[in-house]
Amino acid sequence: MSDFLDFAAEHLPYILAGVPTTLALWILAITFGFFFGLVLAWCRIYGKKPAYWASTGYIEIFRGTPMLVQMLFIYLGLPEVGLTFDPFTAAVIAIGLNTSAYQAEYFRGAIQSIPQGQMTAARAMGMSDLQGLIFIVLPQALRRVIPQWSNEAILELKFTSIAFAIGVTEITARAETIGFKTFRFFEIFLIVAAVYFVLTATVAQILHIVERRTAVPGLTLGR
Amino acid sequence: MIWEIIWNQMPYLLHGLWIALQLLAALLSLGLVLGLALALIEIYGHWTLRWTGILFERVFRGVPAVVLLLLFYYGVTDFIEMSSFMAAVLALGLRSTAYQSQIFRGAIQSVPQGQMMAAQAMGMGRARAVGWIILPQALRHAIGPWTNEFSSELKATSLAYVIGVVELTRQGKYIVSSTQGNVLIVFGVVALMYFVVNRLGNWALYKFEGRITVPGFERRAA
Amino acid sequence: MSALLEVEGIRKKYGQFEVLKGVSLQLERGQAKVVMGPSGTGKSTLLRCINYLTPPDAGTVRLDGEEVVPRNLNRIRQQVAFVFQDFNLFTHLRVIDNITIGPRRILGLSKTEARDRAMRELERVGLADKVRAYPAELSGGQQQRVSIARALAMEPKVILFDEPTSALDPELTGEVVNVMKRLASEGMTMLVVSHEIGFARSAADEIVFMDGGHILEQGPPAQLFDAPQHERTRRFLRMIGDQVGDAAAAGEGA
Repeated sequence: MSDFLDFAAEHLPYILAGVPTTLALWILAITFGFFFGLVLAWCRIYGKKPAYWASTGYIEIFRGTPMLVQMLFIYLGLPEVGLTFDPFTAAVIAIGLNTSAYQAEYFRGAIQSIPQGQMTAARAMGMSDLQGLIFIVLPQALRRVIPQWSNEAILELKFTSIAFAIGVTEITARAETIGFKTFRFFEIFLIVAAVYFVLTATVAQILHIVERRTAVPGLTLGR
Repeated sequence: MIWEIIWNQMPYLLHGLWIALQLLAALLSLGLVLGLALALIEIYGHWTLRWTGILFERVFRGVPAVVLLLLFYYGVTDFIEMSSFMAAVLALGLRSTAYQSQIFRGAIQSVPQGQMMAAQAMGMGRARAVGWIILPQALRHAIGPWTNEFSSELKATSLAYVIGVVELTRQGKYIVSSTQGNVLIVFGVVALMYFVVNRLGNWALYKFEGRITVPGFERRAA
Repeated sequence: MSALLEVEGIRKKYGQFEVLKGVSLQLERGQAKVVMGPSGTGKSTLLRCINYLTPPDAGTVRLDGEEVVPRNLNRIRQQVAFVFQDFNLFTHLRVIDNITIGPRRILGLSKTEARDRAMRELERVGLADKVRAYPAELSGGQQQRVSIARALAMEPKVILFDEPTSALDPELTGEVVNVMKRLASEGMTMLVVSHEIGFARSAADEIVFMDGGHILEQGPPAQLFDAPQHERTRRFLRMIGDQVGDAAAAGEGA
């Protein structure tokens, strides 16, 4: 046991040095996914035919295929047409595009769950549709979507480990390096599992607090 | 020219797909059996078992699939010899156990209390009531979420790539390496294969849901 | 001198069914008109056509001589407030923010101006103590009073009331009717679709009776209630006379 603790103490700093990379990857990807997801949801709800079909096709494709394939496609494939990215950027793009498809569907569900009367009242008072969306519908929809969005965000935090497959030196990649140096794979991956566990639990807790802080009577989520 | 390559490599891709499907079937079955057991333990079991179950669930849902794969492949094989395929089945299967137990737990809890009371009132023991009355209803509720689980595990099989299981994605990568390029086309075809299997699986499960539906269990909007 | 609100020849079809078959009416400044009639005769549709929440198929609406067209729609709507049957308070906003959002975001008032105005209107509907509440924490009657305050805060030229009491339990209609009576007596221009006989008798300047997509007759309350010209009007009045309570509870036209 003390042997394990020594091992952990020795290598934990190197692993933890990957946390900023993991978090940066995650935050950039889900932020991109958030805004692009909103655009996609908008297209699916309010869009004209071409926008509707384009967004629907996009969502189907990205939800219907594995993220690793998407990442390899972007990192190894796009250079064939002259678009070359470093591993980190490629990973941000892949995870961002992937999560936007999922987020879009959550947003769409939440927006459509807001009673029509809210938009009608906004229009009746002289707001444009865009104003109604921004001031009335979105603030309600975004509150409702928090639980689902939190799940999605945490899922993506775990998915950042896939970036290891294209050579991003985030947490998982660092663990593997140590594994090959020391051949104590079981221990090092146990440590890394614990690091992820703590990260996801922390993020879940933070998002839970956000959910409580922004809660409004009458807007609790019916799932 | 490109299509010729694809055509020539098709047997490899199909073989990769076959491996992926085997992996999927194995991990989902493992997850089904253990997940159902775990759900029953968490609802009806002694509190020590219940807490162990919840801890298991938390751990396997809190750790990325890639890390679990590496842990089982590199780590556990320090103690027990097993193939990368076996490691993938265990890692992804136990993870699926955690997710499926959550699905089954929710489904069992969605069966109204009165059903259990009625069953016991007519003299059934708790075990029989669960087996004959509660589960048949709960499993109908579970199919919808289970379809989602199917989709996400199908996609998760591609992660076995990182421990060298020669499934569909790894085959794609081999072809790309051996033919020096054609990445877009090859991974495009690979993606298409996942897409089609996903669609077919969803369609079949949806049909199945329709088959076993009884009045009062109409499926929710698709 | 033309009327404040002029509605002319409004027609509206839903599929094969023509709900409004060319309806015209005028509303003078300071006038309160009540529109009555059996359910399904297009009263609510008429109201919604006036501010184009439901665009009419034909006909024109003029406010202060200016014709309502898609281009000036949002500006016109700022001057034509609407009170809904089911309140439609903004769920995520506190009472105060429900009232200030229009003045702030649409009229461009400063925070303090909007706040002062909101407080003034809340006093007017007797709910100054509920500033910090969320809609879900209020009774139906209180919600409707807040929505009236929200309408007033836009300082509209006219307020359209679409069955403002029909979603309320009978014991809660009184508080809303009282607020509306006060507004009428203070000279607010209002067009009200409602079966509240009490309000119509005491506060309305004129009653409009609609049936089958037409205006059948209109006139001062005394005339219309006590000496109706048409048999259909008489029958309708007998019916609501019998079941004022029932009609309110059933939420006519909902």
